[in-house]
Amino acid sequence: MSFFVDSFTSAFRLIWTLDPELLTIVRVSLSVSCTATVCAALVGVPTGFIVAYGRLPGKRAIITLLNTLLALPTVVIGLLVYTFISRRGIFGHLDLLYTQKAMIIGQFILIVPLIAALTVAAVSRVDERYRNTAKTLGANAWQTALVVLREGRFGIAAAVISAFGRVISEIGIAMMLGGNIKGFTRTMTTAMALEYDKGAFTLAVALGMVLMVLSLGMNIVFNLIQGKALR
Amino acid sequence: MTIRSISTYLLILLSLTSSLALAEDMTLKMSTTTSTEASGLLDVLLPALEQDTGIKVKVIAKGTGAAIRDGIDGNVDLVFVHDPEREEAFVQAGYGTRRYAIMHNDFVIVGPENDPAGIKGMTNGAKALQQIAATGAEFISRGDDSGTHAKEQALWQASGVPLTGTEAPFVYPENSKGWYLSVGQGMGKTLTLADEKLAYTLTDRGTYIKYAYGRDIPIEISILCEGGDELANPYGVIPVHPDKHPHVRHERAEQMVQWLISARGQEIIAGYRLHDQQLFFPDALTR
Repeated sequence: MSFFVDSFTSAFRLIWTLDPELLTIVRVSLSVSCTATVCAALVGVPTGFIVAYGRLPGKRAIITLLNTLLALPTVVIGLLVYTFISRRGIFGHLDLLYTQKAMIIGQFILIVPLIAALTVAAVSRVDERYRNTAKTLGANAWQTALVVLREGRFGIAAAVISAFGRVISEIGIAMMLGGNIKGFTRTMTTAMALEYDKGAFTLAVALGMVLMVLSLGMNIVFNLIQGKALR
Repeated sequence: MTIRSISTYLLILLSLTSSLALAEDMTLKMSTTTSTEASGLLDVLLPALEQDTGIKVKVIAKGTGAAIRDGIDGNVDLVFVHDPEREEAFVQAGYGTRRYAIMHNDFVIVGPENDPAGIKGMTNGAKALQQIAATGAEFISRGDDSGTHAKEQALWQASGVPLTGTEAPFVYPENSKGWYLSVGQGMGKTLTLADEKLAYTLTDRGTYIKYAYGRDIPIEISILCEGGDELANPYGVIPVHPDKHPHVRHERAEQMVQWLISARGQEIIAGYRLHDQQLFFPDALTR
């Protein structure tokens, strides 16, 4: 029991005193995950919207493909990207491996299908009548699409938020492509794994708490937005 | 069902459970370092141990820091590590009964063939690090509180390079951002990383040989600095003290240690070769 209490009290102290190492790790995590999420949203949302909204041939096949990609394990993505950007790989000369860029690429690949698939679901849920009404009221194709997009915005926001939750908490890609280099590519999850390997738990527990608080905060913000919109 | 068949059934059940209990009693848990595990020595040593004594060992491979931590927490029956100072402290604090010197090998500094820091042929590890720091050539540190990391720390201390460190007890060279990379991973991963970045790193010879010769794609970094006295790498085994953790199988652990330091155990260690090179040199017989 004292082990438990000790870990938590010293972890709290680290957070309370804004330990510089802790801050660096959180900063790296946030900047990598935010960048990956923004890039993935820029690609994933339009893709998902077009798939759901457009009358594409092979729509079902695309949705099946997206859902399959959802199950892609992080280590597979890590390995795949690794073979491309390793010094002996095709893009080896770019010297990308073990940089934040490499992690962003991997995480991007991880969540584009997630954002696209959830966007498809969100847009498909929008009532067909919005589209018809907009058309009847004389909206052109773009305006009609915007109306549907507007109606699906919370589902799309939820897609982006859950994608962020996925990348900030994943470890496979961060470890394989980032290499856990202190001050550069050490993220919250890789740091926690390392601290566990070292047999020192204080920093790991502190980072775990930060991670939990972050996701709690995100969900609260999301709920607030949604609540406002409903009123 | 007749009385006889029931009694036969019971007899079988009884013998099964007792043999299970016996097997349980003969199983030890040992925390060791990634280097011992990765070298492949345990794959030869432990089957021989089981053959001679019936003791089975479950191996948990971690950095030395974590392995000792396992001993302190009573998660294992014995530890097999390579950081004499911390091993001594572990015994002093009453967590271990005694440190047995089992074997040693050595550390080497590996780096790219073109050797930008010019350390090729040096034997003094501390001087080599000093030169790496002076030229600002990329150096990769285990940074995981392992035995190898502890050795690297000691070498930096001896190198005379100005050091700094926010994260006691770890220190690193001043103004080293950009060339000193602390990666916090096991030896094998660290070597892969050094190879990928064509950087210098400190490694135990065993893991290096395993990675240099034992993979499909050989690594392109080679041994540049070796042989100095301060690069020695002694391994010790310590049974966890039954006074601190009464549940540990201390007698079995002691039996295993006695086998390790016996002529038979030491011969197997001396005879273990990887890619035609002897990796470990027994320490118990010479005493």
